[in-house]
Parts: sequence; C-alpha cells; structure tokens
Amino acid sequence: MTAAGRALAAALLALAGAARADEIKPGSTFLSPEMQRQQQDQSRNPGYLWVEQGEELFSRRDGVSPTCISCHADPKQSLRGAAARYPQVDAASGKLVNLEGRIEQCRVDRQKQPAFGYESQDLLGLTAYVASLSKGMPLSVSAEGAAKPFYEAGKAFYERRQGQLNLACTQCHDGLVGQKLRGDTISYGIGTGYPAYRLEWNGLGSLHRRLRACSLGVRATQFDYGSDDYLALELYLAVRARDLPMEAPGLRR
Amino acid sequence: MRLAAIRSALIMLALASAPASALEAYKVVGDAIPAPLGGKIGDLKRGRALVLDRTQGNCLICHQVPEPNEPFQGTIGPGLAGVGARLDTGQLRLRLIDAGLLNPQTVMPPYFRIEGLRDVAPAFRDRPALTAQEIEDVVAYLASLRTP
Ligand code: HEC
Ligand code: HEC
Ligand code: HEC
Repeated sequence: MTAAGRALAAALLALAGAARADEIKPGSTFLSPEMQRQQQDQSRNPGYLWVEQGEELFSRRDGVSPTCISCHADPKQSLRGAAARYPQVDAASGKLVNLEGRIEQCRVDRQKQPAFGYESQDLLGLTAYVASLSKGMPLSVSAEGAAKPFYEAGKAFYERRQGQLNLACTQCHDGLVGQKLRGDTISYGIGTGYPAYRLEWNGLGSLHRRLRACSLGVRATQFDYGSDDYLALELYLAVRARDLPMEAPGLRR
Repeated sequence: MRLAAIRSALIMLALASAPASALEAYKVVGDAIPAPLGGKIGDLKRGRALVLDRTQGNCLICHQVPEPNEPFQGTIGPGLAGVGARLDTGQLRLRLIDAGLLNPQTVMPPYFRIEGLRDVAPAFRDRPALTAQEIEDVVAYLASLRTP
C-alpha cells in the first residue's frame, strides 16, 4: 500500500467507534461475580497486604525523618481523594506526574532519601495505600490547560496501530469490549483498579506493568516504567474514565 | 462499504510502485493472491502446528479452530471451521498476507508485511510475523478445514 493508502487507512481507523463516556465501565465489571466479591472483601483480596505494608511504611519511624505522616497528618482525611486527581501536571517542573511520581518526589526532595524505584515493593505498597484512601471516589483528572498537550499525546498513542500485530488500543478496548481473548474478557482498558493484584503476576503490579503487557501482546515496544509515553497514555485513560469510582487495589486474572 | 474498501485497496495497489522490501513479491488478483509465495509448497502438518502455537501464529487468541482439546480459543475473528470451503487458497493467502488490503480497519494482523508498522518490539522488527514458507504451510492447513 502507498503512504497515502496508509494515511487513509489510519483516518478510517480513527473513525471506528470509540466508546461513549457513559458506556465505559470499571475493569471489575468484567470479572466473574466470585472475583468481584473477592476484590471487595479486604480479607480475601491479597492487594490489601500491600496496602497494610504501605500504611506501616507511611508512619514508620526508622530513623528516616521526616516520615510521610509527619507532613501528612491524618492521611485518611488529608489524602482522601488525592489519588483520584492523578496524573496531573507538576506546577514547579511542568512535567506530568502520576501518583507513583508524586510519592517519589516526596521521598527524594522532602525526605532526602534515594528513590524507591518503580515497581519496588515499597513504592507499590505506598501507592496502593494512598490509592486505597480514594476508594469509591470519582476519578477527576484534568485534560485542560497545561495538561492538554499530554492528553493529546496520550490520545494519539491510544488510537494508533502499533507493533507487529498492528493493533491500536482502541481496537480492543473500544471495538472488542466483552469479547474473549485467551480466557480474558476484554474490558474498556482503564486504570482505576491499579495498582492491582494479578493472579498471573502472583503479586501486585502498577498500571505501567499492565500497559507493558498490552504492548508486548501486540509485539510492540515496551516503554519504560514511568516513561513519558506511558504517563501521557495514563492521563488519557484517566480522562476516559472520568467520574468512575476508584477501585484500587483491584484484583485481576 | 466493503466493496468500496476493496476497490480503493485495489486502486492503491495499482498505484504502488515496485515493492521496496526484501519480502517475496506477490500479485493481487481481485480479492486473492493466486500464486504461492516464492513458489513454495505448503505443508499441512506444519501449518496446523503454527496455527495452534501460542507464540508464533497466535491465531487462537482471536479465532476458533475445530480442535476440541485446545483451551481458550478466541471469539474476535470468524471461526475457521469450514474456511477452506468458503475461501479458495488464493483468497486465504491474501487474508493472511495482509487482510488490511480488503478492510483498512481490520483487526486481523498482517502476517506478511513489514512496511508501515510502528513501534515494533526489537525482537520482531524487520521481519514478517510469518515467513513465505510458513504462510504457505498455514494456507495448506486452512484449505483443509472444509467442514463447517
Ligand atoms: C489485542 C487486544 C488488546 C490490545 C491491542 C490492547 N489491549 Fe489492553 N488488554 C487486553 C486484554 C485481553 C486485557 C485483560 C482483560 C481486560 O481487563 O481488558 C487488557 C487489559 C488492559 C488494562 C487493564 C484493565 C483492568 O481493569 O485491569 C488496561 C489499562 C489496558 N489493557 C490498556 C491498554 C492500552 C493503553 C493499550 C494500547 C497500548 C492496550 N491495552 C492494547 C487486550 C488488549
Ligand atoms: C517534609 C514534608 C513531606 C514529607 C516528609 C512527605 N511529603 Fe508528601 N507532600 C508534601 C507536600 C508539601 C505536598 C504538596 C505538594 C504539592 O501539592 O505540590 C505533598 C504531596 C504529596 C502527595 C500528593 C497529594 C495531593 O493532594 O496531590 C502525596 C500522595 C504524598 N505527598 C505522599 C507522600 C508520601 C507517601 C510520603 C512518604 C514517602 C511523603 N509524601 C512525604 C510534603 C511532604
Ligand atoms: C487480533 C485478532 C486476530 C488474530 C491474532 C488473527 N486473526 Fe484472522 N481474523 C481476525 C478478524 C477480526 C477477521 C475478520 C476479517 C476482518 O474483519 O477484516 C479475521 C479473518 C481471518 C480469515 C478470513 C476468514 C473468513 O471467513 O473470511 C482467516 C482465514 C484468518 N483470519 C486466519 C487467521 C490465521 C491463520 C491467524 C494466525 C496466523 C489469524 N487469523 C490471526 C482476527 C485475527
């Protein structure tokens, strides 16, 4: 096919129906009823082990001072709803940060400690803990102002075909929702359940870990954890999921 | 819509000049590629193995085949039972090589194309998902699926 042909194909693809905002449902909707109950039940959802570890770390006095809690007193109140506003543009640096990035910022700039590192058990625990404080609250991130270019980049990423299998996120997560793909039921592909405990991982993982799995699935480049590409994509997914309830820590197959 | 898409795909093909890639060349006639790629002869057994293989062909994430012992078959594409009666070998070949030639919005991956792909993972870069021989093997297997 010629370049013009490819451009035409891409334009046609963009026209392929995207799900309307009011159709988009949380990821847990696509789980079996038993797994939905298990996700809800704190004593049976293994993600809460990480939440507990995160809570402990948040207030631990192990010589590292100041502790998280010394600046964020009464986190159940003071950080309630915080996770539902991420990713957002950091006013000082102009960069897009997600919840993990914000926690690392406090760790490095305010606690003067080396970063935990993406996907470390400590960062997963703290992220799961802070996210759990927003459980049930509506996701409300902005796509306007400084966030706009990031949103546009994320949207373009979501809509373009990629990888050797030449598939765009939208083809599966809008076009094929409810279909079976290797034992999984395809959902709307949103991040409200992350970090999530995934049976296949036998542990808790971040949204970026899930995105890397989808990239690999279509044989596309896996971007780094915390990369600009995945951050922009995370913002787009969050805007798509606006007003849906936060459900981290999720439970997934 | 479908006819229009086929027509525009054919026009685009007509406009395309000599293939730039090192892949075996092929000629589209109607909605088919009648001649075997590189003159290779397909092997049904190898084709079946490729279709069932979960890493290489990975057809079963999207399709069902008449193999009752295969778990987790997909429902995204049409079931392949009887496909050998519905389509002739040339039509099967084109759909495997690049189903986008018929339907620009297709979900079916192009198994014999390296151009126009983006952000391909390093391990899969600059080679088609299936080689010319493998395409012919899979065509031979699909052609044998004659019972709906
Ligand atoms: C070939 C189809 C396919 C493509 C293309 C694809 N995914 Fe997925 N994705 C899946 C499947 C299957 C799952 C697991 C079941 C589910 O939750 O949807 C999944 C899960 C997800 C989840 C987790 C949802 C949850 O609640 O646990 C997110 C987020 C996601 N995908 C985002 C993306 C993004 C962003 C892209 C593009 C970079 C993408 N996916 C491309 C098939 C796909
Ligand atoms: C020295 C004080 C201090 C320490 C220690 C500290 N933080 Fe913060 N943190 C802040 C301040 C100030 C902000 C507000 C930054 C902003 O909004 O720009 C903040 C912001 C946050 C936010 C985002 C809140 C929101 O509403 O957007 C989270 C989440 C957070 N911190 C978590 C943590 C965690 C987890 C730790 C321990 C690893 C920690 N903080 C340690 C001072 C601190
Ligand atoms: C990501 C999903 C996906 C994968 C993987 C996939 N297909 Fe398909 N396939 C489709 C879809 C969807 C169609 C329907 C064509 C269209 O919509 O343009 C299709 C169509 C076909 C057709 C035409 C069937 C008909 O009745 O018209 C054949 C033959 C076929 N695929 C074979 C294969 C083989 C063999 C493989 C593995 C080497 C494979 N497919 C992998 C999704 C897929």
